[in-house]
Amino acid sequence: MESSDLQRRYIDFTSTLFREGFLDSQYTQLQQLQDESNPEFVTEVVTLFFQDSEKLQDDLTRTLDQEVVDFKKVAAHVHQLKGSSASIGAQRVKNVCMAFRICCEEMNREGCLGCLQQARQEYFLVKSKLETVFRLEQQIVAGGGSIPTMW
Amino acid sequence: MAVDAEAEFHVLAVDDSLIDRKLIERLLKTSCFQVTTVDSGSKALEVLGLREDRTTPSAVSPEHNEIEVNLVITDYCMPGMTGYDLLKKIKGSSSLKDIPVVVMSSENVPSRINRCLEGGAEEFFLKPVQLSDLKRLRPHILKGRSKDQQLQREENSNTIIISSSGSKRKAMDEEPSSERTRLRFSTGSLTML
Repeated sequence: MESSDLQRRYIDFTSTLFREGFLDSQYTQLQQLQDESNPEFVTEVVTLFFQDSEKLQDDLTRTLDQEVVDFKKVAAHVHQLKGSSASIGAQRVKNVCMAFRICCEEMNREGCLGCLQQARQEYFLVKSKLETVFRLEQQIVAGGGSIPTMW
Repeated sequence: MAVDAEAEFHVLAVDDSLIDRKLIERLLKTSCFQVTTVDSGSKALEVLGLREDRTTPSAVSPEHNEIEVNLVITDYCMPGMTGYDLLKKIKGSSSLKDIPVVVMSSENVPSRINRCLEGGAEEFFLKPVQLSDLKRLRPHILKGRSKDQQLQREENSNTIIISSSGSKRKAMDEEPSSERTRLRFSTGSLTML
């Protein structure tokens, strides 16, 4: 594929992600912090987010599965997930966490389970989209082109 | 001189979240600070040369086995010792109380912000922290620098150097970036740096 076609695809794809609310300006901030001295910064941080989120989702499943649910523990996990999704700009995941937190405060197990399912969905969506972004970036660079800056 | 100040300026960043530690480290390094990150308040106290159960540093003088820290930036919500607890410990220590402390939180809770500011925090940042937030650290760097110089000068002259004070609230108006214009004056003779 032509480098300019890839670049166009990249611009279209990432613009859509922002427009549809998958990513917010915090993601742009991450990109701005990346430079020649730290060329892998974004992928490093996002990879940490993937690992952290998947572990938290497992923890949440386990905690909500108990006979007697420890809602303080659930809230602590949600707080962590909300924090890390906010830190990388995964806006939709962060928004689910805000609703999730309310269900914790209300000690609403069914509500929490619903939020967990939503969080999982949003997480896997943003994960696959970010993986596409990274793949496109690699293809552009491999083709000798430069990654368009989106700001 | 002001341009070089940040290059030697050492910030200790405290956060239990690995992602946030990576972020704050990158933000600080991009702003030309030296950075050490730790994942808990108790580790922070170790770095500062203060053990949790004491208010004075250990018998060995700090300069010899602890690195000099010019500013502490800490998350509020941490398991065990919270950022607020850490703040109080630092401000309660005769040797550490002058180190500026900045508290970060993902929650915008006015009572929390006030509590930290009243507890002696210089600034309160909402997470995720932005590069523009770090510009607000400059007055605290310069305050520290001019204070060192003030101590030296006071020994052999009676001139007064007044250091600037930074704004306390994130919501308030942005300070101008020129540090030279931000000195406040009181009565008596004074010398501008």
